[in-house]
Amino acid sequence: MIKAILIFNNHGKPRLSKFYEHYSEDTEQQIIRETFHLVSKRDENVCNFLEGGMLIGGSENKLIYRHYATLYFVFCVDSSESELGILDLIQVFVETLDKCFENVCELDLIFHVDKVHNILAEMVMGGMVLETNMNEIITQVDAQNKMEKSEFSSFFSLYRRLSFSLPGRTGRHRLVLQVPLLVPCLP
Amino acid sequence: MSDVVEKTLSALPSLLSLDSNAGAGKLSSTSKLGNLIRGITELTSKHDEEKLIKKELAAIKEQVASPNTTMRQMKEIMVRAIYCEMLGYQASVSYIHAIKLAQQGSVLEKRLGYLAVSLFLNESDEFLLLLVNTVLKDLQSTNLNEVCMALTAVSQMFPKDMIPAILPIVEEKLTHPKEVIRRKAVLALYKFYLIAPNQVQHIHSKFRKALCDKDPGVMTASLHIYLQLVKESPESYKDLTVSFVTILRQVVGGKLPMDFNYHSVPAPWLQIQLLRILAYLGKEDQGTSEMMYDVLEESLRRAEMNHNITYAILYECVKSIYTVYPKAELLEKAAKCIGNFVLSPKINLKYLGLKALTYVVAQDPNLALPHQMTIIECLDHSDIIIKRATLELLFRITNAQNVTVIVEKMLEFLRQSSNDYSTVDLVGKVAELAEKYPFIKQDPLNLCNGMQPDIPNNFLRLLAEGFDSVEEDRQLRLFAVDSYVLLLQGETASLPQCFLQVISWVRTKVPIGLFPELSRYIFPSILLIFSYYIFSYYDVVLMFSFEYFGSLDTVLRQRAHELMILSQDAGLRGRVLSAEGRLEHVDSSLSFLDGHVSEALAAGAAPYKPPHQRQEELAHEKALSLEPYGLSLPVSLSTCSITDRLTDRQSPTRLSISSSVSGNSTELSLKGGSTTLKLDGVKRVWGKEGYLVQQPKEVVEETPLPPTELPSPLGSFQSPVSQTQTASPGPEPDQERQQLASSLFVGVGTHHSVCLMGRTEAAPQRFRRKPKGTGSSSGTSEHSSNSSHSSSGTAAGNTLDSTTAATGQQISQHALGHPPVNGNPIVETPGPLPPVRDGGVAAEIPTGHTDSGTLADPNEDPVPVRPRDLPLISHLPAELSGLARSKLTTLCPGPDPGLALSSCRVYKEDALVLVVFVSNNSDSTLHRVALRFTSKQLEVLFQTNTTFPIRFSENLPLTVSTGEYGKMWLSFSHDVKQNLRLITAGDQSPLTATLDTLRDRLHLHVVDIIGSEGIVACRLLRGQPCLLHCRVHADSLAVWLRSPIPEFPDSLLYHCQKALAEA
Repeated sequence: MIKAILIFNNHGKPRLSKFYEHYSEDTEQQIIRETFHLVSKRDENVCNFLEGGMLIGGSENKLIYRHYATLYFVFCVDSSESELGILDLIQVFVETLDKCFENVCELDLIFHVDKVHNILAEMVMGGMVLETNMNEIITQVDAQNKMEKSEFSSFFSLYRRLSFSLPGRTGRHRLVLQVPLLVPCLP
Repeated sequence: MSDVVEKTLSALPSLLSLDSNAGAGKLSSTSKLGNLIRGITELTSKHDEEKLIKKELAAIKEQVASPNTTMRQMKEIMVRAIYCEMLGYQASVSYIHAIKLAQQGSVLEKRLGYLAVSLFLNESDEFLLLLVNTVLKDLQSTNLNEVCMALTAVSQMFPKDMIPAILPIVEEKLTHPKEVIRRKAVLALYKFYLIAPNQVQHIHSKFRKALCDKDPGVMTASLHIYLQLVKESPESYKDLTVSFVTILRQVVGGKLPMDFNYHSVPAPWLQIQLLRILAYLGKEDQGTSEMMYDVLEESLRRAEMNHNITYAILYECVKSIYTVYPKAELLEKAAKCIGNFVLSPKINLKYLGLKALTYVVAQDPNLALPHQMTIIECLDHSDIIIKRATLELLFRITNAQNVTVIVEKMLEFLRQSSNDYSTVDLVGKVAELAEKYPFIKQDPLNLCNGMQPDIPNNFLRLLAEGFDSVEEDRQLRLFAVDSYVLLLQGETASLPQCFLQVISWVRTKVPIGLFPELSRYIFPSILLIFSYYIFSYYDVVLMFSFEYFGSLDTVLRQRAHELMILSQDAGLRGRVLSAEGRLEHVDSSLSFLDGHVSEALAAGAAPYKPPHQRQEELAHEKALSLEPYGLSLPVSLSTCSITDRLTDRQSPTRLSISSSVSGNSTELSLKGGSTTLKLDGVKRVWGKEGYLVQQPKEVVEETPLPPTELPSPLGSFQSPVSQTQTASPGPEPDQERQQLASSLFVGVGTHHSVCLMGRTEAAPQRFRRKPKGTGSSSGTSEHSSNSSHSSSGTAAGNTLDSTTAATGQQISQHALGHPPVNGNPIVETPGPLPPVRDGGVAAEIPTGHTDSGTLADPNEDPVPVRPRDLPLISHLPAELSGLARSKLTTLCPGPDPGLALSSCRVYKEDALVLVVFVSNNSDSTLHRVALRFTSKQLEVLFQTNTTFPIRFSENLPLTVSTGEYGKMWLSFSHDVKQNLRLITAGDQSPLTATLDTLRDRLHLHVVDIIGSEGIVACRLLRGQPCLLHCRVHADSLAVWLRSPIPEFPDSLLYHCQKALAEA
């Protein structure tokens, strides 16, 4: 079973956190911090699995993560999940996000936490993998989005154009947040 | 990329000064969420963030309270609240509104409401009760989206008590026309099962329906449930094996719609799930396993494409193959597959390869051997996770010979590691090894005294964790605590932090009642440290003291009380521990330790020695402390069995024994018995030197041997080791690694010297011997009246040894099953004793020209009674003749009709005696018979008559107390459950009657009978126990067997069935 799904950026700022098991608020934050601490100090060319930190539950649990541009996607799972299977599930997740948001970047996740959650809910339900087929996930999400379409697109374009064109904002920062997570050639 | 980030970071402070919170207010009209996010990304300090969020939460509070807020605005507020929650700030004001949104909003608002609720609340939250009605309503809605939302919410968090309220409706959804609803309903039910299993018991049949759903997606979802159910009780779902196999076959065969393909692999996640289920089902169950061999092989074959996900399937497949009842060819393929993983340049695969190896070496240590060099490389890998995995693997292959090197490696890792978790875990392993191999105990402790403050701390944790209270452990603990206190006195500056960690750990993890003595050890040290740092850690002190108030131990209670008062009363503390006098006060007298010390002394501990004295003694310590550990080791049964498991190669050979038992009654069962006997010996060939030395002594006592012909057992024992080292020079230049490899892998497998470098010298010999593996002994003789030839009977340990070395399990099965068919006779070189190959014990019994007392001189009295004249049984020693025994079985006709070997088992009250008869059937005189026994476990008693029975004596019933039984029960992993027939006899209760029957027939030890339950224990020769738990169930006896060896329960169960059937 999947215990938690965490997304944070290169500086450890949480972008999404979903816990399928109950932890106290403080523990959750501690888990995020610890996980970031564990994951961020790993090189790019090491393996994507980590044996659990103290917090998230000893040897039974493992962290499986992938690093995309500015974001880390971390799944904390117990022994009943296959490591490589989860690794590909993360890939499916990100590809789905990419399809839904068109060149998904960190910014999309920030402004659409709720949508990301909804997509995730179609993939993983109560800690169990529900669907692994990207098209199927998108169909489901779309079905729910239908009524929202008009509203969605207006808001969507708005934030891309408006929200970060602020005085004092360096172009660089915008760049960082808008780096597409998926580069054309996938690993 | 990283430099972009860096620049951004460096730009942030300037941004902050330019555009602080003031800017956020200005733009609130466009998007409040945008503002919030912008505000937060611009902040650099946690403090600023807190301030900003507080402001935001206040704004949210104001807005939600306002009656003018529309649902749509509410939705936006929720997103902001979610954002705040994600950052770790409680947006509790919005909780109730989230529920309201879920209740009253339109579909989209509802969805966000549900999402917010599932993120904010947990299962035990009272707010959730307010949601129950909404969920009920939505579940019955005609809008599919609403139903989906409700199901999703339900599976995330739903109050346990309210499950019955919605259960019927969720159940109903299992028959919903839309597959996505059915799928979600299945998972929701699974969630219910997880949180309240008894409430969904009645719908197990519906799960079956879901498994057979026409939509593969629903079926996939139901596999989550079955994985869990099968894991919990494989027995109840054996009947589904066929279904799972069929499903997997169809999936592998590409029968699913293309939609289910992922990178053109058909439904990989489904395959993984199925493979796991099959592994649980086939575990230790030959019949079930046989059903799945084909499909396992097929998935192994099909999964050959080079994509990540196929490796996921392969890995699962390999694991399953090694979990189910073994099949030689599959194992071979799986082993090859593991090889591919280990050798892969992809680091993830390498990791999994190591994991897989770790998993399989328990069954066959030889598998690690071909990958030695890779493993050595991994040991130096830059990735700490790989290193850890490697150490884990090495941990699994430790034996007496390589343990020192491995522990060294582990300690090396510990010195570098900073990861708390892996440190603790690894120190645990080191301690475990130290317990198993007492001779390395000093190393970690010496390290304790070294510079790393972390390690002794962790070691202290372990002291609490791993040890049972044997005397040696008490000493170890004392030693640790001593060195600990020393350390504290040394450099206290850096210590309190980690010490506190230890304390809090002890507080949470160690049930005080269980480890009173440990607490007593720790407490003085804690008191000591608190006396230094009492001001700063007031809270912890309080917590800790409270904890101990409940302790039953008066000493502890008093300490706790003292500590408490001390921490509360500043004045008193000042007096007791005056600022300057603190250190002196504590150091000089150590009065609070008095009670503890005297107690320890009374318990036989060594008196405390001042550091300098200790330092002096440290040099001698190895020799000094080795003795008590060494002596006490065989006494402790649990230690013994652990060691057995470690050194024991859980070989297919043993499996074949249990299967071959199920045949012709006496003969085969005898063979089963005798093989296991010898197997037990075999695994110790490389295990402990101690036994080897002991054993020949016994032999020497019993039989007068010509000294020249006696092979030195010690020498032959060492020979493989030296072979290993000499075998090292190979084509590879890296001598150092080679050497490391040989020291790490020494003693792994049975013929390590051969495997290491591919030396073939011994291999042909093995092949020669293999076929004669009768599971007994074979004898040849050369007899002529005037020459003194020697014939050698090689005892079975040897034979088994060679069969164990063979990887193919079939071969050994053959060998065990049909000895005469394969009986390729081995005529050992005539003349002097053939060279002892693998450290066996050789006993030579000269029958001629010697003055050995008990032997009849054949020249004067040539074989007075022939076997054909008089039954061999009559030659049984007097003390055995009155006892129950098995039929006499010919072990091996041998190439020479003149010499016959036969055996029979005699059941003594406290032992099983295997009597081997060597008889001369010919008319001519035997001048010399050389017998060689490689099993060191057997006590060999010679009685030389003309036909002299050789007795192997070994305890069978295991006499344990109920308490010990309980402990052992928990520590055994392999269990089998089965119903047996009850026997009714006269006035006895059926349970007693049945257990008595078992006791009489199988020599089991009935530990206790309580009401309708009984516990029984037995063991297989030395140190391999099996425990039975019996309970009367209606008219049958439900037996639950547990043992450290997987095959033992099955085998024993068979015998029980047989015994009861015969009764």
